[in-house]
Amino acid sequence: MGSILNNLDLWRDALVGTLVLFAGGGVLALALGFVVGAMRVSPIPVARAVGTFYVNTIRNTPLTLVFFGFVFALPILAGQRMDNMLLGIMALGVYTATYVAEVLRSGINTVPVGQAEAARALGLTFGQVMSQIVLPQAFRSVIPPLMSVIIALLKNTTVASGFAVLNLGSIRANLSERGENALEVIIWVMVFFVVMVLLLGWLQQAFERRWRVAR
Amino acid sequence: MSSVLYDVPGPRAMLRNRILGFATVVVVAGLLAILLWRLFDTGQFTASKWQAFTYPNVWMQIGVHTWNTVSAFLVAALGALVLGFILAIGRLSDHAWVRVPVTAIVEFLRAVPVLVFMILLFYAMPVLGIRVPSYWAVVIALIAYNGSVLSEVIRAGVQSLPRGQSEAGYAIGLRKAGVMRLVLLPQAIRAMLPAIIAQLVVTLKDTALGFVITYPELLYYARYLGGQANLDNPVIPAMIVVAIIYIGLCLVLSFIAGRVEKRMRRSSKTSMVMGLHHPVGELTDTQLIATQAGADGATGAEGGGFAKFPTTKP
Repeated sequence: MGSILNNLDLWRDALVGTLVLFAGGGVLALALGFVVGAMRVSPIPVARAVGTFYVNTIRNTPLTLVFFGFVFALPILAGQRMDNMLLGIMALGVYTATYVAEVLRSGINTVPVGQAEAARALGLTFGQVMSQIVLPQAFRSVIPPLMSVIIALLKNTTVASGFAVLNLGSIRANLSERGENALEVIIWVMVFFVVMVLLLGWLQQAFERRWRVAR
Repeated sequence: MSSVLYDVPGPRAMLRNRILGFATVVVVAGLLAILLWRLFDTGQFTASKWQAFTYPNVWMQIGVHTWNTVSAFLVAALGALVLGFILAIGRLSDHAWVRVPVTAIVEFLRAVPVLVFMILLFYAMPVLGIRVPSYWAVVIALIAYNGSVLSEVIRAGVQSLPRGQSEAGYAIGLRKAGVMRLVLLPQAIRAMLPAIIAQLVVTLKDTALGFVITYPELLYYARYLGGQANLDNPVIPAMIVVAIIYIGLCLVLSFIAGRVEKRMRRSSKTSMVMGLHHPVGELTDTQLIATQAGADGATGAEGGGFAKFPTTKP
């Protein structure tokens, strides 16, 4: 406990760093993932091709390399210094967006085509087909895998520690300078992640129960 | 082609789609143009930035570091497969004293970020007097994490099999080990092979985390090269080269995964198990009409991903 109580300031900053990366990356990933997912199921071949290219490329790129690109290469291209936290959020968002897009796409594909056709046959407009028939069903099958993506995002925030962003992954280096026991620090970090992941996993199961697909 | 989201387009929808397609092209071309302009403007295409790659020594180093990445991946992949089987069989055990601890271990290993595990091995083990080389820190952490994920994949594969499979095994006099080894695991592995290879791609990608704990893999070398002032700090050229190698390696593995999946789907032995995941032969009237009208089914399959239907004219 000593390593926490004696360094509350650093732990607080690291926790805030992790949570900011998590929240910022999550919002960006959801927004970008929604756009890319929509492109991948659109009736426009060019948009589908662009979406597929983006997803296939980023999914086959290590997250560390995406971070490398944003933190080391982007400031050179922009010709100015940039905040590492902001760059980290962008890297996490761009990387996670591909997973969000895939979850949305496969969620929409779980809805049988007959559902929409029946709705069209009843004379519902496009907006009604979407809001009354397709999206409510897709939403239910999207939630559990989307939570898995969010859990992975939380764990991926630690990668930012290699790029000078203070978070729970990099707190060991800072506390070692203050002479704290590295093993103790890492065990506390592990405890934090296990608790957070269990919490999110429990939330996932609660959502799953709440919106179970009744077929 | 009809889908859940949109009907077979009429003349107005086709016009709108063309306009939207044109807009997409303009936006993407604009972004690419900005990127190229910035690359030119900051002198990334000058000869001095790329002179590093005219030295055979640099390429030899790239080869060495690529091998560091690949060798860590190969050992980690093999170890993860072995650990995955052990943990999966442990979680499927009938004995609670085996099942419960193994379940706890799997849940723990899945919850801890790989990087934190690497840091534990590399920076925190010396506290106990155990010095772990960075290579083994990367490999052991990858084995622990991916092994636990693979165990879940294998377990899901075994549990998705019909109960009759194991019952038939017991009926012909096999013991528990025989049923698992001869009946359940071969089917589960075949059904789950695509997921297993996909996890191996993740393992390959995660070797790049070694960068953070100074394991000399490809990214580490790119960073080193980028810091060489006498080579004009080629950060972006080095990143481009390394990215091509990394993405190439992953694409090769993904390509193998795709081939395996296709072969699995064709193979009659697994048709029953795979059939559960890939319902085929469900054609709706609109799809039939779309097919007969020749409203292109081939291009749609890529983006849509719904059950395939014959594109040949009846």
